[in-house]
Order: sequence, then C-alpha cells, then structure tokens
Amino acid sequence: MNRFAALFAALDGTTKTGAKTQALADYFRNAPDADRVWTIALLTGRRPRRAVTSTELRLWAAEAAAIPDWLFEESYAVVGDLAETIALLLPPPETTFDLGLAEAIRGQIRLTGQPVDQRKAAVLEAWGKLPATERFLYNKLLTGGFRMGVAQGLLTRALALATGVEEATLAHRLMGDWDPANTTFDALIEGGAGGDARPYPFALASQLEDGPEALGPPEDWLAEWKWDGIRGQLIVRPGAFALWSRGEELITDRFPELGSLADFLPPGTVIDGEVLAWHKEAERPLAFAALQKRIGRKTVPKALLTSAPARLLAYDLLEDGGTDIRDCPLAHRRARLEEVVAALPPDLPLAISPAVTFGTWDALAQARATAREREAEGVMLKRAASSYFAGRKRGDWWKWKLDPYTVDAVMLYAQAGHGRRANLFTDFTFGIRDGIELVPFTKAYSGLTDAEFAEITRWVQAHTLERFGPVRKVPAELVFEIGFEGLQSSPRHKSGIALRFPRMLRWRRDKGVDEVDTLQSLRALLKAAD
Amino acid sequence: MVRTVLTFTDRGIYCPAGDFHIDPWRPVPRALITHGHSDHARPGMGEYLATHQALPVIRHRLGSIHAKGIGYGEPRQIGGAVVSFHPAGHVPGSAQIRVEVAGEVWVVSGDYKTEGDGLAEAFEPVTCHTFISECTFGLPVFHWEPQPLVMTRIADWWQANATAGKVSILGAYSFGKAQRLLSGLPEVGPILTHGAVEEMTEILRGQGYRLPSTTRATPDITSKTHPGALIIAPPSALGSSWANRLGPAEEAFVSGWMALRGIRRRRALGTGFVLSDHADWAGLNAAIKTTGAERVFVTHGYTAIFRNWLQTQGYDAGIVETRFTGDDADDTDEVVG
Repeated sequence: MNRFAALFAALDGTTKTGAKTQALADYFRNAPDADRVWTIALLTGRRPRRAVTSTELRLWAAEAAAIPDWLFEESYAVVGDLAETIALLLPPPETTFDLGLAEAIRGQIRLTGQPVDQRKAAVLEAWGKLPATERFLYNKLLTGGFRMGVAQGLLTRALALATGVEEATLAHRLMGDWDPANTTFDALIEGGAGGDARPYPFALASQLEDGPEALGPPEDWLAEWKWDGIRGQLIVRPGAFALWSRGEELITDRFPELGSLADFLPPGTVIDGEVLAWHKEAERPLAFAALQKRIGRKTVPKALLTSAPARLLAYDLLEDGGTDIRDCPLAHRRARLEEVVAALPPDLPLAISPAVTFGTWDALAQARATAREREAEGVMLKRAASSYFAGRKRGDWWKWKLDPYTVDAVMLYAQAGHGRRANLFTDFTFGIRDGIELVPFTKAYSGLTDAEFAEITRWVQAHTLERFGPVRKVPAELVFEIGFEGLQSSPRHKSGIALRFPRMLRWRRDKGVDEVDTLQSLRALLKAAD
Repeated sequence: MVRTVLTFTDRGIYCPAGDFHIDPWRPVPRALITHGHSDHARPGMGEYLATHQALPVIRHRLGSIHAKGIGYGEPRQIGGAVVSFHPAGHVPGSAQIRVEVAGEVWVVSGDYKTEGDGLAEAFEPVTCHTFISECTFGLPVFHWEPQPLVMTRIADWWQANATAGKVSILGAYSFGKAQRLLSGLPEVGPILTHGAVEEMTEILRGQGYRLPSTTRATPDITSKTHPGALIIAPPSALGSSWANRLGPAEEAFVSGWMALRGIRRRRALGTGFVLSDHADWAGLNAAIKTTGAERVFVTHGYTAIFRNWLQTQGYDAGIVETRFTGDDADDTDEVVG
C-alpha cells in the first residue's frame, strides 16, 4: 500500500483543493489498474463487507499492544478513531513489506466468514509488518469507515485530468451497481460498468438564506413543496427496474409497492422524486416518523405496508423514451413528466409533486408559511430554464426551508467527539424543566464554532462533577437555543419526546438555568403537530 | 508510616517543613520554580528560587522580581527541608526539585522528557520515596520517534518547499521548542525568527547555549529577500496576516499533539511534525520506575487514566489537581508578552 499510503499522506497533508486534485490525478495516471478501481470505489463510498467486528479488533489490538482492555478503551476515547488508535498503540513493525491496495482488500474479503482464529492470525500478521500509515489505512479498510477528505466533485475533477473524459460524463459513469472486484479502470471510465440500472448523479439545491426577492422575476421560477421523505431516482429500462436513494443505495426491495410501476411506465424512463409514507384519505404525506419505520428494513412486514404505504412524488424526468434529457430546460422536462404520469392508470403509487403556483414572491412566502400543515419542510425554487446538473451548483435550484422550532435548554452532560473533534467536548445532552426537575430530552452535536467548542471544553474540564466513562456530568449552567425540525412522542426517551434534527443554534450566555423551557411547552407543541 | 513532605493546597504544592511552594499559581511568600513556562513560573511571588540557567527567562517574563539562583545538584537548607534541583530535560534550565525532610525524599518532576535533545540539560533520574510526575502524554498511543529522525523529516520538508520556491513556516513554542529546532536542524537555508522567538533565543544565546545565528523577521523581510528560508514562529502566527505577508509559504506545526490526526485536522493544519518536550508513554513509565519510588502522584495531563495504570503496576498512586491542565492540545500558544 506504499503508493496508496503516499496518496493518502498527500491528501491528508494539505487543506488546499488544488494540491489534492493534483495528487489524485497523478495517482490515477500511474497506479496499478486494480488499485485505481478500488480507490474510486472507496472514495465513492463502496467498500468491501467487514471481515472483522470492531469488538474483535479492539481485543486483538489490546492484546498485541500488551495493554489492558480498559486502557485501550480510554485511549480510543481520546484519539477518537479506532483505526488510528490501533495504529498508534501497536509496537513498530519489525520487518516491513509492501502490500498493494487491491491485494490488501482481496485478502480482507477472503477473510469474511473464516473462523476467528484464522481472521485474527491474518490481521495480526498484517499489523506486524505494515509501517504506520499503511497500518492505519489497513485498519480503515477493516473498519469500513473510509473517508479521505475527497468530495465527489474533487474525485471527478482529478479523474478528468488524468483521463481527458469530461467531468459530468465521469460523474454519471461512476454511478450505479458496479463491483470493484471485477471492474477494470477502462470499463469504468468508458462507461461500461454500472449496469442497466445505473442512475444519474442527483442535482442538489442550495440553501436560500435571505428570501427569494434577489432571484429576479417570479415567472422565471418553478416552485414545489420540499418534502420530508427519501429523495430517490426511479429507473425503468428494458431489463432493469431500480429505486436509488440519494446516497446511491439500492432501495428497490424496501418499497415493494412501487414495483407495480415497472409494468406501467414506458421503458427508458428515469424519474427524480421523493418517496413518502402516504395518508391516502387525507391525500398528504404521513409524518416522517411513519416513513422512518421503513428505513433500514430490508423486508417489510404486511402491517407496515398498510399503516405506512409508500408513494413516489415525482419532481423531474431525466430520461424520456430512453433518451437522456437532462440538458433540456426544466420547463420541458416537467411538461413531459406530466404527460408521462397522466398516461398512467389511476391508483398507482406515483403522482406529480404539485407545483406551488404564485404570482409574486409575497404570495410564495404565504404559501411557504403553510408548509408544515402539509408535512412539508418549505418550498423548492427551480429556474424554469435550468438543466438537470450533476451535484451542487449554486444559482438554479434553491431550497427555502421554514425556520426551525426552537427551545432553550441547559447542558447536563458532555462527551468528547470523534475524528476532527477528538479531545474536544462537542456532544452534549440537554435538559428542560419539568416542575422543579430538569429532564434530559435531547442530544446535539453541531451548530457552534470551533472557538465556542474550545471554550466549552475548558469549562467542562474545570467543572466536571462526575465521570461515566467518556461522559462528564456538569453543573446545569450553560444554556443553549436548540433548533429542530419536528418532534414525535417516544417511549424510549425519559422525556417521552424525540426531536428531529436537533442542533445548537446559539449559546445563550445571557440566559440562566431558570430561564430554560419546560417539558409542558414541548408537549403542547407535540399535540399541535399531531 | 509515610511522612508527608509535601502537601497539595489551592495555591500549589507546599512544603510545611520548609514553608515554601513549588510552581504555585497564586501569590505565596516563597516559590521554588521548576522552569520558565508561564504555567509554572507565575507572577506575584514574594521570593523566587530557580536554577541559574532558568532565571534569565523567568526574569524577562516576570519583570522585576526578587529571585535567587541555584546550581544543579546543589543542596540547600530551607527551614526543616533540604532541597536540590536536578535536570528535567524539558527546556534549557528546567529542573526537577528534590525535597528531603528527615530522611524522607520527595521529587517534583515539573515537566520533563527523557530523550536528550542536545540543548536542554539532559534528564537525570533522582531516587526518591515519592515522585510527583507530570503526565501530559500519559497514554500508550504516544510514542515518540528519535529526534534525529524527526529533524531529518523537517529538513526534507524545508528543502522540498525551498525547491518549490516557497518559504517554510514552523509553528513552535517560542521558549524551548523553537530553540531545540534551531539547535537540531541542519542548515538548509537562512533561518528567520518571529520577534517572540528571537527574544527568547537572544536570552539563551547570551547564557552560552549553542544556537545558530538567526535573523529577526522584520516587516521588510519576505520570501523574495530570503528565498528558501525557514521561519520559526509561535503557533498563533500560523495562518495570520503576519505569515501571509511573507509570500508563498508552507506552514507546519511542531508538537507532540500532532501525533493525533484529529487535533491536527481541527487546527486546519496540513502538516504536523511530532516532536515534544514532554516524555512519551514509555518515557514516563521508565522515569517513574528509575526513581525507585513506591508512591507516585500524577499531575498535568491524563491524570485519572495514568493513575489507574500505575495502580495496576503496583504503585500507590494518586492525583494532584492543578489549576492548569498542562500543555493543552488547544492552548498551544506560549507567546511571550
């Protein structure tokens, strides 16, 4: 893994995008074929199945480093990354050898399902021979949590530099269900991989911060509801029917009721839309909690199919009669989408996501204010002339979300973060008032600046009341404004309430613990939302 | 029965028999100081005692103080206690302080490192009954590579930057780490120093420490006037407008904390070199063992974890709470005021 380790060191050793792109492009020009394919796979989130569990790794590493398990766990809590902890703890290798990236991965794949003794022996052997960076990377491959600070755009840019193929074309060719173990670099770059069900790169919207007035005349724009479901791409082609999530995961089998669409949509149709759990009688989506029950389930029990039936609300048409129409204006694609959907028999679980009609920006603002009653998060604004671009491109697509709900809460517990936030207290548990008591009701990890986290870390260190492993109990003094997108009742939480997307909006230095909100106020909100 | 030679108060470590404190953080009449870093040498003490080698920096930082010097290994009677200072290897002039009362010997380590760095007086183990040890890097994940290896790595980086037409800016504590780099790096090109670093360097050079000649990086100095130069600056200068005006440059931070990728990334630093003036895990364990002490108190660092570890190793171990958490990973600026 010398060459791959050198690439990693080059990427990790700089924060400059230009230098990263150059390092990657050089690698793609020179590295062995199988290594290049695996590198692309890893950078696009494809990874081999895990051959060992993290518990096994921890035990083996503590043993190899000759330290007690508790000391290993303490070290891990400080370092914040399992692969790195192990690489740091093991004694330096006595002899070193070079193991190619693809070879290392093939070795790990072969280990899956082997008896524990064999897996342990193989991992210990690799640990004993690999130099520090290679050892860290070998562990990263084993633990499956591979991130190298390379965004998709940077990867395609580097590949474009190395191959001369255009970026957007590459982005499309890298999508789909290809197996790095039996794909060649040339096949991938030339578009021969990915199969019949290969999706298009999703077009992503940017957050609209200041309202739409600056966007120009309203008639240039199409508005639609921003649904709170699973963004998906439905592929209907000869010999292929697939539903992809935005995270490029195949979720066809999780929504079997959408299967009927295969029989009715014309072959060569690709639709971008939102999968929602649907309330048939009310003709609106169910709260996200209903859909949540279906996420992560590979097989769906009958009762769930009845209580939370899935429906696809279509936003866009990307392929029409087998032709890629992403470069056509949105107005045209939308018109074709309406024709395609109109030609379908009724009662199919597919409908157009309705356009929000508006003549003025004020009218749109008024419509947006009703989003919550429709189970929407706000509105989307798309330029009628826009093409369906790959990835995030500012200017043509905007999401204009409702302001979040807010509640003032006090910090009760703090825990150090992982990775970039290791050794820094960033994960907090918050409480609100219930009579004279403070009840823990949510956790939040994000929303503050690095400087604020550093200041709070020093405060936590100086004010720790009690330690429970990595968790510190602190005096109920620091008050924060917590933002969230919704709430639902939850018997698993002591407060009886679970928040959706909680995050810290502000540190309220001006407020004391006697000014935090009450559980009663959240219950009232829950009632109103039901 | 174990005699209590030192007690732990809200002002710092105190010796009742001699009526003095060691590295106190609040004003006391008489303070024994292990070394000149600002979390150990605090202002406001009635009287200071430190090694002759440590005094110039302490005086420079604290201004007009009433202070006396003492030689390494020189015994001195203070009340009912006999004290002596022994090299700690941390920075030039740094000492462990040995306190003996009626045959019972306690040693306060101050900050220390066991590897010789060619500049600071080399660490010297002191036999004692009770050892009060720092443990800034008291976790088994910290393992330092030998200094020559790290210096070579830094020199290679410097050379590569110079070849690419860039100057190299190294962030390092202005007292100790900066001079250790000056003394240990091969001369690839001209060496420039930030004002804060230069002040400390001048003092140490004046004391006779062997340091190469340096040039203060005044505003007229840039990558054009000094191509291929290395600039040593306090960590706070990295990424600042002071650094930007130098022209095309690469920056790196030199610290033991750079061993952890998360900390390096949090500081948004591409390059970090792992070089510390504190003992690593093996160094701490070896130093403690060599003292022959049966009882160990730990301070500054991962105290709870390190105490638990020492207990499993058969020591009678405890924690000394301090107002300072040691060289905190995020509090790395030792800028001279």
